[in-house]
Amino acid sequence: MTSATLTDRWPTRRIRRSRVSGSVVALVISGLVVALLGLIALFPQWFASTSPDTDDPLHAFTPPGARHPFGTDQLGRDIYSRVIYGAHISVANGLVATVIGVLLGCLLGLVAANGGRWADALVMRATDVWLAFPEILLALLIIALIGPGSTNIAVAIGFAAAPYYGRLVRGQALVVSRAEYVEAARVLGVPPVRYTLRHVLPNIAGPVVVLASLGTGTAIVAAAGLSLLGLGPLPPTPEWGAMLADGQGYLANAWWIAVAPGLAIVVVVLAVTILGRNLQARSIR
Amino acid sequence: MPPALRFVLRRAAGGIAVLWGAVTVTFFAVTAAGGDQIDAILGPDAANLPGLRAQVAAQYGLNKPLIVQYLNRLWSLLHGDLGWSYQRNEPVARLLSGQVLPTLELAASAAVVGFLLAVLLAVATAGRGRLARGLASLAELLAVAVPSFWLGIVLLAVFSFTLRWFPAFGAAGVPSLVLPTLALALPIAGVLAQVLRQELELADSKPFALSARARGLGERTLLVRHTLRHALLPVTTMSAWALGTLIGGAVLVEQVFSRPGLGSLLVDAVKHRDTPVVSAVVILAALVFVVANTVADAMYPVIDARLRVSTT
Repeated sequence: MTSATLTDRWPTRRIRRSRVSGSVVALVISGLVVALLGLIALFPQWFASTSPDTDDPLHAFTPPGARHPFGTDQLGRDIYSRVIYGAHISVANGLVATVIGVLLGCLLGLVAANGGRWADALVMRATDVWLAFPEILLALLIIALIGPGSTNIAVAIGFAAAPYYGRLVRGQALVVSRAEYVEAARVLGVPPVRYTLRHVLPNIAGPVVVLASLGTGTAIVAAAGLSLLGLGPLPPTPEWGAMLADGQGYLANAWWIAVAPGLAIVVVVLAVTILGRNLQARSIR
Repeated sequence: MPPALRFVLRRAAGGIAVLWGAVTVTFFAVTAAGGDQIDAILGPDAANLPGLRAQVAAQYGLNKPLIVQYLNRLWSLLHGDLGWSYQRNEPVARLLSGQVLPTLELAASAAVVGFLLAVLLAVATAGRGRLARGLASLAELLAVAVPSFWLGIVLLAVFSFTLRWFPAFGAAGVPSLVLPTLALALPIAGVLAQVLRQELELADSKPFALSARARGLGERTLLVRHTLRHALLPVTTMSAWALGTLIGGAVLVEQVFSRPGLGSLLVDAVKHRDTPVVSAVVILAALVFVVANTVADAMYPVIDARLRVSTT
């Protein structure tokens, strides 16, 4: 056995990211899909002609077919248009949660990075405690305190995700704060709040955006999960998690009621995850 | 004191500090919603009955100074008293101990199955060329994107309602455990397998693997004795993530499979704003997290001989 055969079996190579997450094609496609999903969430009426709330008891439990691509539910409502209109609330929940998480995280991270040793220690120990709670359980505790509903779900999930962003922002801000242009601003007497907002923040935006796009997927799943538990918007509202919960009772004879909204979640999360990883691969290079 | 022991003790002390922080934060968050707590106990109709409100406040100790309430809370938690459920009018500890077994069963079996599947998938695909790598990456991507609660619904639709292989609900025996375990374990397995596979390939490209082959070591021995051990270290670091996913996922999966357990107890408590129950479950989860992390820290020197010599 020569050394060539020894090494050739598992050829020595740098561990690369998978092809799916590295190519320009994947970046463009996932970007387009995310844009399309954004359009659907903003203007559902462009994509579904029937209303999501029209009952049609005569055609209840129609399997997927030409007239109803995803079938109809127990009240004869068209599931396709409910999924399309549901995008509005489900995607918005995930986005609002992520925005809250990012804003809170930026605040925490910047205070830790610029506020001196004590502020840093305090924020870091706080995130230690924060991260000891599983995200969903922390969100559930917050909902128990502030009550259920779409907005509260988004607030709870955003709050639970904030320490992840906080740690990233702190780490990045510490690096950027040592850069010469920040030093120059400091020497020139620019107040800390101002140079932080004008010079530090824009330079750490890249990694934060990447984590936020990955986090949006997680947030959408978490929001749908909490609605599935019955803590989201009230029944007639089309929302993916609530639709899942609705369809659960009819799995024996009408599987499509619960399967369709779940597929929608999977498609959205796949799109934002692939987009996020492509951005990440690009920003590392 | 050996350095490894000192390291573990220090991490354990850090864990206790985190736990104390978790208890403190939970307590103050709950009391910040003070008046609401009495509303939660009495219901909205009692808003203008100050006498009754005062009586309830006295019964639950809500009229004492905050610091006294807080110290009382710490004291009773140290004695295993988790509080009193507003909604069920029962000690929280008794409520939890009645429901903890099915959840523990599910979480433990999902952890074992998820870990074993990850090792199998990683060993089967590591270093096998593009197709296997693509498959493993795809599995990981799907694991991230497919929520366990929806996977549970799909498994139910296929294996319970169409094929009728497994019961659709309840927690009676092994058959009822199979589908929820899979729903919980598959997403975790996909992610762990990806990490493990990359680490296996990395370890296999290191000089020690070459030298082991040169000594005539068989591929299987090399894998079990050397590369797998190397690759397991980063996976141990991920155990905290896996645990969080497992606990959060269990709540949802229990709901989907109508299993009794902490999940249904917790969701019910959240809906009725029964804060003693919710904060007890959350603190318990933090305790599990802290213990698991400390155990993982203690495992590093066992897995990695380099850490036995000098750890500071």
